[in-house]
Amino acid sequence: MSDEKPLALLPEIFLILGAVLTLLAGSFLPRHRQWIARLVAVAALLGAGIAAAAALGDPIQSVYGTTFIIDTGTVFLRLVVVAATLLVIGLGVDELAGTRRESETYALLLLSALGAVVMGSTTDLLVLVASFLLGSIPLYGLIGMLRSPGAAEAAMKTYLLGALFGIVLMLGVSVLYGVGGATAYPELALGLARAPAAAVAFGLLAVLGGLMFKAGGVPGHFWVPDAAQAAGTPAAAFLTTIPKLGALLAAYRLMTVMPDSVDWPLLVAVLAAVTMTVGNLAALAQTDVRRLLGWSTVSQVGYLLLPVAVVGGTAAALPALLVYLGGYAVTNLTAFAVIAAAPGRRTVEDYTGLATTHPWLGSALVVSLLSLVGTPPTAVFLSKLGVFTVAWDGGFAWLVVIAAVNTVASLFYYLRWLGPAFRRDDSMEPAAGLAPFATAAAVAGGVGVLVLGVIVVSLAPVVETSLGAR
Amino acid sequence: MLSLIVFLPLAAALILAVLPAMPDRAARWSWLVVTVAELLLIGVLVAGYDTPPDGGLAFEERLRWIPSVNSSYHVGVDGLSLPLVALTAVVFTACAVYAIREDRRPRQQAALFLFLQSVSLGLFVAQDLILFFLFFDLSIVGMYFAIAGWGHGNAARSALKFFLYTFLGSLALLLGFIGLYLAADPHTFDIPELVAAAPLAGRPVVGGLVLAAILLGLAVKTPTVPFHTWLPPAHTDASAVGSAVLAAILLKMGTYGFVRIAMPVLPEAWQAWSWVILIVGIVSVLYGALVALAQSNVKRMIAYTSVNHMGYVVVAVGAAGILADDTAAARELAVVGAVTQMVSHGLITAALFLLAGVLYDRRETYEMGEFGGLADPAPRFATLFAIGGFASLGLPAFSGFIAEFQVFAGSIGATWVAALALPGILITAALFLRSAQKLLTGTVGGRAVGFPDLHLRETLPIAGLLVLALFIGVVPWPLLDLIAPGSAAVVELVSR
Repeated sequence: MSDEKPLALLPEIFLILGAVLTLLAGSFLPRHRQWIARLVAVAALLGAGIAAAAALGDPIQSVYGTTFIIDTGTVFLRLVVVAATLLVIGLGVDELAGTRRESETYALLLLSALGAVVMGSTTDLLVLVASFLLGSIPLYGLIGMLRSPGAAEAAMKTYLLGALFGIVLMLGVSVLYGVGGATAYPELALGLARAPAAAVAFGLLAVLGGLMFKAGGVPGHFWVPDAAQAAGTPAAAFLTTIPKLGALLAAYRLMTVMPDSVDWPLLVAVLAAVTMTVGNLAALAQTDVRRLLGWSTVSQVGYLLLPVAVVGGTAAALPALLVYLGGYAVTNLTAFAVIAAAPGRRTVEDYTGLATTHPWLGSALVVSLLSLVGTPPTAVFLSKLGVFTVAWDGGFAWLVVIAAVNTVASLFYYLRWLGPAFRRDDSMEPAAGLAPFATAAAVAGGVGVLVLGVIVVSLAPVVETSLGAR
Repeated sequence: MLSLIVFLPLAAALILAVLPAMPDRAARWSWLVVTVAELLLIGVLVAGYDTPPDGGLAFEERLRWIPSVNSSYHVGVDGLSLPLVALTAVVFTACAVYAIREDRRPRQQAALFLFLQSVSLGLFVAQDLILFFLFFDLSIVGMYFAIAGWGHGNAARSALKFFLYTFLGSLALLLGFIGLYLAADPHTFDIPELVAAAPLAGRPVVGGLVLAAILLGLAVKTPTVPFHTWLPPAHTDASAVGSAVLAAILLKMGTYGFVRIAMPVLPEAWQAWSWVILIVGIVSVLYGALVALAQSNVKRMIAYTSVNHMGYVVVAVGAAGILADDTAAARELAVVGAVTQMVSHGLITAALFLLAGVLYDRRETYEMGEFGGLADPAPRFATLFAIGGFASLGLPAFSGFIAEFQVFAGSIGATWVAALALPGILITAALFLRSAQKLLTGTVGGRAVGFPDLHLRETLPIAGLLVLALFIGVVPWPLLDLIAPGSAAVVELVSR
């Protein structure tokens, strides 16, 4: 077949080879030389990134039948996932270096990242199921890696929920296949248009439920705060960022094949509203910063669903989604990098005086939290502006108002963290040392948030032009 | 030129922020040097300003920024913005002089205030809604840190309240801006293009909702009743320079938004809502004055007079939207009065807040009852406080008189209802006289005993601000000539 082009999947090949090699290298290396395994993982990511960047501007193509689509969305997703995973490794080096399971962690990170990329780039329901498993199973391992009681509980919770939503996803896929007569999206779209609406709605709901587990949105969000709180910092940073990227792009692709007989925009809009509200309300009461961030990532999924709700309505939906995914990834990872850089601080009160003793870290914290709120000139501000605009344009003005009200509510808990950090506290004992790699990652991330905040939208025209070339 | 003016303080702020080893003295003086340089640059700007023909912009600059949503880096000045740009430079210079002995983290304070100066200047020259919003939000962030970091009393709580309130307002504003963007065809965030297009004309419901969102955002910032409750605690707990900047510059961002965005872009909706705006203005005037009368804390009192003074501006812009035969000249007068009032209030209130700061510096209280007979130990303080009070209550020969006279002459010319706000002036007069009596006259008692008089670093900025207010009061025409063409354009646009 002429569409069997393995080279088009070079970034994915890099990731899987990287995972295998990292694991092998780690098995044969003594513990004080595990950094070689780390280098292997970083090299694989860099290779994947270069291969992904090389595909920029290529015409849109489907490979292996209609299993994968290589379009702007896929290319962008690959780049963001690779960059985000690199940042996760960067912020995790201090915590992971020389531990028992360093190389295993890197291998699992690469595998789960691969799962996210496959999930976001597939246009076939069966591959979607495979990517769900590929992305989730390493995640369970990552969460439990710390071997603390909390981590064990979080891993168990995630595993059980993952198993449940995996089955729900497969059920939905079976139903859609049953009524649509195909698993590949182009044929599926034709089949679903003639299918009974109730069955389509049921199938869609089930598949969407599975995707929401990966994205950490309602109703599949329960594992996120626990895992974010109990897992190691790099694992927490990873699981609140990378799986969302793939899942949301997958949700977008799924919506493009849904027939008009089902009011799916309203369904997604309601999911978005509930997700952002639940995430924000739950975050209000948190004092543990990891748990707080965990809930905040749930609310962010709500905003990220806005462009998914208006998929067919406006051409700007995909650029808005992609820009938000990129802005969100760098912002969230910066916040986690700050946590990783100041190990031992758990609650918001522990951060008292951070800005005085470590001004650079304090600045990174301000930039990342204000970006999560959506204050200019940060990455998420322009992203939020984009999704608000497309959602309003697509007829969901009420949803935009809810999103704006939620944004204000989110300010409460972000400021509860920022406030102590900027309070001067002379009673503090001399501050503990910082983790050097994580500090560097935090500062780099903070700069990235600001740079993207000023130029992120210059990405949007690039995305739009390449869409127009279709 | 404009970009240099806007970003010079920001560049200085960044340098100050990344040089932790800089001695305090050098940091304070470099702050002052930059503000004076800004003052000179803006002096050149004002000298080189000619009213551009047909409501255009002077010193215009436009660069590609976010082409995908038709938002550009577009700046320019006209008769409405130039006075506020100049006011910003003056007030920040006064603050830099006043804080020249600051010993609480002076390097950080200098960096923060330079940042705030950039943001304020940027807002007043912005000709693009996104750019405007960017500076609007950054001003909130900057002021939050100014209150929380250098305030006293319950500063953290007041700062949080300030942030939440104004941030809520800013989001409403953003919603309104998105509505304007989507309504315009082709979609754009550019203010002059939106003004020319006047989107939403003929769509009263949507137009009303979009205006409501924008008004909410601006009303919180101004603030008008009933969105003013963040203001008194923010002022009471902020440092003297923080209060001065908050009152003199940040409040103007709200009222400036009325004349720059809301009135010209949404004329039809503005006309439909002008009665509501007028009444909100009248209530702000009366309520602000009455509550100020009841205060025993001098800084809280000045804060409430800000609500009252901003109320006059709202009355004027509300009246400007009430169309009737041959009232165009009167409505123009009202808008000129409104812009003059912004400048005048900025100068006078900044001076009063700095004076209140002196009380706290020396005695750690703002309670008027704790002082008495200050005129004896501190004659310079007493003189300046008395002058500031008289200027603020609108005594002729001060800028406040020029402003309020035009506001009332114009507004009452447009509709007699505006006359309901007149008692505000009387109450303000009463409360300033009462506070001057309590603080300055009588036998020296309480904490006034041994009160050190103003130092040069305090006298200079306060007197400077009041001299400017006096100058505008005596020779108003240079300012009025600047404002009048811009105001005429606004009235013409809002009458469409």
